[in-house]
Amino acid sequence: MAESWTAAPANPAERAGYVAPPPRMGFFTDTSLCIGCKACEVACKEWNLIPGSGLDLLGMSYDNTGALTANSWRHVAFVEQSRTAGWQAVPPLAGAPTGAAASPTTAEAGGAASPEQGTLPGVAPAPDPAPAARMAGGGTSLGMPGADLPGRGDRGGRGDLRWLMMSDVCKHCTDAACLDVCPTGALFRTEFGTVVVQEDICNGCGYCIPACPYGVIDQRRGDGRAWKCTLCYDRLRAGRIPACAQACPTDSIQYGELDELRERARVRVERLHAEGVTEARLYGHDPGDGVGGDGAFFLLLDEPEVYGLPPDPVVTTRDLPRMWRRAGIAALAVAAATVAAFVGGSR
Amino acid sequence: MTAPGRGLPGEPAGERFRRLRDRLDHPNGGGLRRGVRRGGGPGPGLVDGEPLPVPPAAFASYYGRPILKAPVWRHDIPAYLFCGGLAAGTALLAAGGDLTGRVVLRRANRLVALGAVGAGVYFLINDLGRPARFHHMLRMVKPTSPLSIGTWILAGFGPAAGVAAVSELAPVLPRHGIPGLVGRLMPPVGRAAGLVSAAAAPALATYTGVLLANTAVPSWHDAYPHLPAMFAGSALVAGGGAALLTAPTGQADPARRLVVAGAVLERLAEYRVRRMGLTAEPYRRGPGGRLLAAGRLLLAAGTAGALLGRRSRTVSALSGVALLAASVLTRFGVFEAGIASARDPRYTVLPQRQRLANRGRGAGA
Repeated sequence: MAESWTAAPANPAERAGYVAPPPRMGFFTDTSLCIGCKACEVACKEWNLIPGSGLDLLGMSYDNTGALTANSWRHVAFVEQSRTAGWQAVPPLAGAPTGAAASPTTAEAGGAASPEQGTLPGVAPAPDPAPAARMAGGGTSLGMPGADLPGRGDRGGRGDLRWLMMSDVCKHCTDAACLDVCPTGALFRTEFGTVVVQEDICNGCGYCIPACPYGVIDQRRGDGRAWKCTLCYDRLRAGRIPACAQACPTDSIQYGELDELRERARVRVERLHAEGVTEARLYGHDPGDGVGGDGAFFLLLDEPEVYGLPPDPVVTTRDLPRMWRRAGIAALAVAAATVAAFVGGSR
Repeated sequence: MTAPGRGLPGEPAGERFRRLRDRLDHPNGGGLRRGVRRGGGPGPGLVDGEPLPVPPAAFASYYGRPILKAPVWRHDIPAYLFCGGLAAGTALLAAGGDLTGRVVLRRANRLVALGAVGAGVYFLINDLGRPARFHHMLRMVKPTSPLSIGTWILAGFGPAAGVAAVSELAPVLPRHGIPGLVGRLMPPVGRAAGLVSAAAAPALATYTGVLLANTAVPSWHDAYPHLPAMFAGSALVAGGGAALLTAPTGQADPARRLVVAGAVLERLAEYRVRRMGLTAEPYRRGPGGRLLAAGRLLLAAGTAGALLGRRSRTVSALSGVALLAASVLTRFGVFEAGIASARDPRYTVLPQRQRLANRGRGAGA
């Protein structure tokens, strides 16, 4: 089974049975360009007629959406860190009051709220505030580039601050666990290689929700069905670009043929490294990763978990042949135990 | 009483802000910044069966919130796990009782099997977000979805168990005419149906382990080598327990032996699960850990009662109740442990970080 994963065609649409499908389409979300305007969130909600999620103030910087849910198919994450941005030529807080940066403390408070946004499990609270403080305290393995820039000597005890913004979305995995485990066929692979829920088929069994290694798909309360980003399947079929990419004013969200996007991302990360932004890295671009590569991948400026992404996601169905084998052995044990229980009695 | 700075769900944002402001005024006061988890670090553990060279490092997560979405399944699902196991165990005992001439064992277990599978199907449909669309499950047969395979196992098992149970009505039918003919046909048809249900029973008892394991839920997925055996054992315990409750002592010996086999299978598998490393924690503590601990106690008591009280109808029946309760607790314990592991990002981030570190070492060597 492990061989068949690698021997399968690279294009998941071909693997799903499409003959000569169009090129695989996807998103490259370059977080170094994101300004946190949330135009993507709004455009997505408007085009896809997604219910509102109420007005909540979560205390998570400017993030009052909280997470990807059935009612939020784009989610702009805001991370305030007490470290400087790698390429800033001007001291970021020149003239500002001095003192320790408050970001770790504010972040600890931010994870506590569990707002009702009309979805299940929706935006769940943090069980422990410590990981939030570490998110805001900056990376542990990276230094503080730019600490010796001019004008830095007299900043006293003032802390630095950088702001990470990232528009998260369904990853449209090459090996998609949600699609694998869906018992009704409501989740399907489109000719563009994306993964879409058919709302007239989904019966709300909820199996896709814990299967997703990214925690993307979610159930709409009252409605009962699972919902997530469709990569604007309707717009794609009409030759248009997805609503979020169309609305993005900085080209942080780039839509296009996946092969081309991967090449563009490689060039971009090289350029950032050359400019001294050594913390830039790609996430989900590698077809050799645990989900066979993402159809929507990212350029990040810190570890994935800082943005709420799993550092090494693996599609659960990779282990499924081994699971069925173990179940078969257990079933044989059940049958043998039953026979023994009765045969032993007729001695 | 919540910890400082932690908000209650639904608490006004203003209250949280006031607490936050107080903390900013006293940034070092009162141990507000906790760099170390309560109860210390997780200690040395195992990831993917391999010992961690160092205790897992502190990790970051987006505002500490979970990365995964926890299952939205309600308690219908662990209740179904129990009912499915009970149906499988009793169907096996009914078929064995039929073939070895234990009439009461056969009759009682056929009826329990039908009742249990009926309740199980109810729980499954009730848990759907759109119960009226339950038949959409029958649109396809999909080996990558244990839920799809399980639907078809149930579709084979359920009707067979139903026919076997209905065939027990043969003695009350009139002896003459068409009812008489039906009455004479029922026992052989019931036997065939009972054997069909018994043939499907081992699959029904074990596929549910795959159902839970085939998710990204850390404590379920990591337990995939052991969950099918654990659930198989729990099914035998439940079936044997039901038989001890319903069958006379003279016909219950196979049930006692099945209880012992099931208890050994379940305990061995659970022992392996509890030794998995970091993701075994939710099986040892919290709600899941407590339910499983109570289940172990009842399993021990019920098994002892089943073995020692073989002449007493009362002791046998009490043992049966204890064993049924033990199976319920096992299912709910495993369910709760998985939910807890999905709700805490440390079970998602730390093993994956360890995997990356191991891979890095492998590549560097």
